[in-house]
Amino acid sequence: MSFTEAMLSSLYRWSGGVKTSIGFVLVAICCLFIADLEVSSIDPWAEMWRLAEGLFHPSLMQSSLVLEALLSTLAFAFAGVALAVVGGFLLALMFHNAFVRGFCALVRSIHELFWALIFLQFFGLHPLTGLLAIAIPYSGIFARMYAEILAQVPKLPAQALPPEAGYLNTLIYTRLPLAWPHLVSYTSYRLECGIRSSAILGFVGLPTLGYYLESSFSQGYYSEVAALLMLFYLLIATKKIWLRRWTLPVLFLGSPFFLGDGMPIVWGNAWRFISEDIIPAPLRNSEAGGQWESLSELSQWASDIMLDQALPGIWNTLVLSQIALVVTGLCALLMFPLISRHCYSLPGRIPGHVLLVIARSTPEYLLAYILLQLLGPSMLPAVIALAIHNGALIGYLSGRHSNELALRSDLPNRRLDRYFYELLPRIYPSFLSFMLYRWEVIMRETAILGILGVHTLGFFVDSAIQEIRFDVALLLILTAALLNIAVDMFSRRIQRYI
Amino acid sequence: MSSLAIQNAYLAYGNHRVLGPVSLDVRAGEHLILLGKSGCGKSTLLNHLYTENRKDCALIPQDLGLVDNLSVYHNVYMGRLQRYSALRNFMNFVFPADARVAEVTPLLEQLGLDEKCFSTVAELSGGQQQRVAVARALYQAAPVLLADEPVSALDGPEADRVMALLGQYFATAVISLHDVDRALRYGQRIIAIQNGELVLDEPAHRLTVSSLDEFY
Repeated sequence: MSFTEAMLSSLYRWSGGVKTSIGFVLVAICCLFIADLEVSSIDPWAEMWRLAEGLFHPSLMQSSLVLEALLSTLAFAFAGVALAVVGGFLLALMFHNAFVRGFCALVRSIHELFWALIFLQFFGLHPLTGLLAIAIPYSGIFARMYAEILAQVPKLPAQALPPEAGYLNTLIYTRLPLAWPHLVSYTSYRLECGIRSSAILGFVGLPTLGYYLESSFSQGYYSEVAALLMLFYLLIATKKIWLRRWTLPVLFLGSPFFLGDGMPIVWGNAWRFISEDIIPAPLRNSEAGGQWESLSELSQWASDIMLDQALPGIWNTLVLSQIALVVTGLCALLMFPLISRHCYSLPGRIPGHVLLVIARSTPEYLLAYILLQLLGPSMLPAVIALAIHNGALIGYLSGRHSNELALRSDLPNRRLDRYFYELLPRIYPSFLSFMLYRWEVIMRETAILGILGVHTLGFFVDSAIQEIRFDVALLLILTAALLNIAVDMFSRRIQRYI
Repeated sequence: MSSLAIQNAYLAYGNHRVLGPVSLDVRAGEHLILLGKSGCGKSTLLNHLYTENRKDCALIPQDLGLVDNLSVYHNVYMGRLQRYSALRNFMNFVFPADARVAEVTPLLEQLGLDEKCFSTVAELSGGQQQRVAVARALYQAAPVLLADEPVSALDGPEADRVMALLGQYFATAVISLHDVDRALRYGQRIIAIQNGELVLDEPAHRLTVSSLDEFY
């Protein structure tokens, strides 16, 4: 029986992973026809050439400013993550409660930049804005992961304790020490993410790296951009050196002093924001009398926003993120052999490691910002940015997984044969689960890239804020959050099915 | 004429010396059976023979070395990866060529696996998986077979059928077994390993089951 016959007959069973992948690829291909992927800038090559030239001639204009930017980037990251660790841990202990789980899902499904945009209206350009913008979503993220890690701890030591040991003792003597290494390594990974988030917050005006990057970039000082970026990579690449047990207290205690002063909080503005600005317009303007009238106005208001802004925003977010997801997967599958010991010798893997570190430490928002300047506003730069950052991250995780595999001694000699017949099939299930975990992240980032001008949900949020219609902005942010929660639930279902 | 040879070699498993000094001469056209307690160094000896003579040997490792997520067909095809270009191999990976499927099917039929050609290895039982590893070695059609307990998961008649097939396809073979009776039936020359040394090296027809019992 030939392969074609077998495939058509009932003998052939597609594996769940292959079916899922084919499904995703088909959806992405359909999206390609709808998506706007054109290069609209007049001469992208000339600009790219200037950028490349700048990258090879890094120079610092004012080193004191740069030092300040780096310090405040670190300070926001540390202070925000420290708050989130405390909050997340307390929430993790209550994670069995459905309300807490829902609350965590909601706060982590709203992107840091959206939180920053909300708090900007509330506190203004005050350090608290940046601090809470990191601390709140990260608390939700930590709560879920900490709860998962604590749930996986062996139960036996806790059962062996004397019966009246009590909750706190059980936690301190058994569960926490057993979970400790996992908690530490996850927190350290998240700290790296926190540094990226903190850098990005500069794009909305906080005094972190993004602020300086944007101003250098918009003035065309590409050699400054290059210097700032290289310092940023250096900071992340040397994390193991400066992040030690004995430096931690210094970093955490010192960070509040480097957040900058910002502007004083105008409490009147803060109060107006919650008492007036975010109340839906029809309710705010109506007189106390016509209750039914205002209710129908409210539904009219909500449906107008849904039809004109939320639906197109959701549609574009979905189209863009599905394309980005599949391109991300392709990038990861292309990149992971570069760091696999089954493909290259130790010195041969160094360029791969360098490439992957740079690609995964560059935040997608920053990449998208740069590419949008070069290629003009369309979905193309956003897809490339998402694929480079996330592809490098998943490529790194898959490559590391492939290095743990013990392969048989009669391996095929050629690298390509080894890749397709040994490595790819063996790492594919874990690759797929990395991708499914990343799906929600890609969706959240896609929404946020709208702030840069692609018409995803973030675009409509940003325009509502610029029109000082915070009620509309908040409704759209909640819509984006619900979309993320839905995707997260869907991806977990698929994971169970595979 | 000798096919594989080792002179005074010391063999280690990890950092732990298992065998040595060993000298062994496998003559072309002979079927050699290795006997010995588990952990005595049979696998180490076979792996050493394989790494020294990769080009001429087909290997059936003890843990089979199958790729669980791939189909039986793909696993068997892997025996001939080096015969085709990387591009051909890639195309066959995505869409198996009819001509290759037609080559693999008769082997699978002889091993009672023809129904399972396009099932993934993960779906098969332990005995079926072992036969897939055998099929891969048969398909490779190398001059020499090196097999480490190739029938350990098969029941009596099935094990005999597989041993007969291996004998028929490979002129020269080094096979480790733990069944003394089967060793005498299929081997022409028996080697027993004990305490890190080759303690017995005799033609099979001069040995009896009881004379070999002390090695187990």
